[in-house]
Amino acid sequence: MSQNPTFDAAGPGPLPHGRVAGGNGGAGHGISRILRRIATAALALCAALILLAALWPQLLAPADPLAINPSSAFRTPGGEHLFGTDESGRDLYTRVVHGARSSVLIGVASTLIGVGLGAVLGLITGLGGRLLDAAGSRLVDAMLAFPTLLLALLLIAVRGPGIATVIVAVGLSSAPGYARLLRSEVRRASRSGHVEAARMLGKSPARIVAVHILPGAVGPLLAVATLGVGQAIVWASALGYLGLGAPPPAPEWGAMLNAGRTYIGSGWWMTVFPGLAIVAVGIVVTLLGRRLSARWAGRGAA
Amino acid sequence: MSTGHGANAVMTKPGSGRAATHRKSWWVAVAVRLMGAVIALWLVATLAFVVLQALPGGPAEAALGGPGSQASAEALQAAREQYGLDRPVLVQYGHFLGQLMQGDLGTSYSQKKPVADVMGPLLAPTLTLAVWALLAAWVLALMTAMVATGSSRVAARLASALELVASVLPGFWLAAVLIIVFATQLGWFPPVSTGTARGLVLPVLALAIPLAGYLSQTMREGMLNALASPYALAARTRGESPWGLRVRHALRHGLVPGINLSGWAFGYLISGAVVIETVFARPGLGRALLTAVTGRDVPLVLGVTLASALGYVLVTIAADALVRLVDRRAA
Repeated sequence: MSQNPTFDAAGPGPLPHGRVAGGNGGAGHGISRILRRIATAALALCAALILLAALWPQLLAPADPLAINPSSAFRTPGGEHLFGTDESGRDLYTRVVHGARSSVLIGVASTLIGVGLGAVLGLITGLGGRLLDAAGSRLVDAMLAFPTLLLALLLIAVRGPGIATVIVAVGLSSAPGYARLLRSEVRRASRSGHVEAARMLGKSPARIVAVHILPGAVGPLLAVATLGVGQAIVWASALGYLGLGAPPPAPEWGAMLNAGRTYIGSGWWMTVFPGLAIVAVGIVVTLLGRRLSARWAGRGAA
Repeated sequence: MSTGHGANAVMTKPGSGRAATHRKSWWVAVAVRLMGAVIALWLVATLAFVVLQALPGGPAEAALGGPGSQASAEALQAAREQYGLDRPVLVQYGHFLGQLMQGDLGTSYSQKKPVADVMGPLLAPTLTLAVWALLAAWVLALMTAMVATGSSRVAARLASALELVASVLPGFWLAAVLIIVFATQLGWFPPVSTGTARGLVLPVLALAIPLAGYLSQTMREGMLNALASPYALAARTRGESPWGLRVRHALRHGLVPGINLSGWAFGYLISGAVVIETVFARPGLGRALLTAVTGRDVPLVLGVTLASALGYVLVTIAADALVRLVDRRAA
């Protein structure tokens, strides 16, 4: 309920700024310039790999992620099985690669829902009158009072577990953050006078939004949404870990971690590798989001 | 609010000076926040009621064990009467709100006891975990912020890399890795909660580290902004040492955003408790919530949700009040 504008969509994810990140917007010379270029290229490569794993996992891991082979269960990493095998003899590397699809799907879909809902709320509160703004902001605050996992658990208690419920739950809980962002964007645009002028000229609200507000809002929104996708992926894997996501034997990272829990003493690779995948995706997406928001730095601070 | 500052300085009333105005405006602000909090809580309660009504098959069926129970029509009718579900919706809503205000959260479907009774004994372990985790997170964040803010670029980059990784770590994975390293391999700490202080270390660490990552980022940004201000430069030319500057000036600017984060941090701690308690088999509200969810025990789920919303609101109000105390400019 505090009016801190640096909260982004899905929680105060790593804040978009250049100073703390130790970067200075690429204004260095010589070596640091080259290092920055390399870092950006590496980041882009990782992002491309993740997308590739989500869209065409067969390219990176041609084997079948569901193929059971009990005779080769609990193999340690190395040789034929890069990440080892799980309790049913399934190759872990293949399952990790194929697991990217559901994680990315959940992350993107729930972010879309959150952005859509949040944008509507944000535009209403930003463009509406005093009363609408006050009422809408109270609603947004009430939604913020729901921790993400709690909301997801509530929805699952009502509708049962499953990917669709997870997507809706994570999307709903990220909506208030986007609503706040859109509202501050609307306020910022209003201050420039364009909106006032357009209103006086009698332009319809839809046109005002499309022409004056949205172009400016896309930048910060994209940056925050990228961070939101990362957060959503982590939440989805948490729900999968609790057994509330996609049912087994689907290769979902959280569910794999849950399975690995029983064998934590003997089969450490079953826990470490899926988790590393989650962390890696989270880092890549967060760094991307930071780059994007550094591009649009200083504008979202309304 | 008082009016007497500025123009009519000759005949200012007592209690209308700058300091008094500040004190009054502090109280007014807190009162406004309280009102907003009450409204937010009411909205949450209403949402909870709507969810109860939206259950497929109706709450009566859920009370008898859910869609799979194949309850007979008489049993359903009896359940409806018992839980007062055959009255008009508005009456039920009023009854629901009235019950809430008396502290009655309904009866748990699975345990057949009042929800408050079920939640009561579980509150202490979860609170212990959450409070220790919050303390640990603050300690870690303060250490990083104090050490890494300032001149050294290397320290800054290292700190921000650590923060990035810490904030992205899924809690359950961190817990598992901690178990693998410290419990299985090294044997320093028990892998499941034993009720001793030793058994508290790993759960608290697993919960605290991601939070410390967020806190540290927020605090360092505030502190760096403060250190780059003209005030800081002037203080340095006056001979203030770098450490003195950090403690006296920058720290306050770092604390404020950190405290502002408390509302979100509370939500994070609640969510995290669900996972951590499950991983370490600790008793607590989090694990009870999970069992309630898988058992479709909606009153219990709603009870925990409402309690957490109440806690969030209280924490946010306290944080706001604290911020106004710490940084007078924010008032």
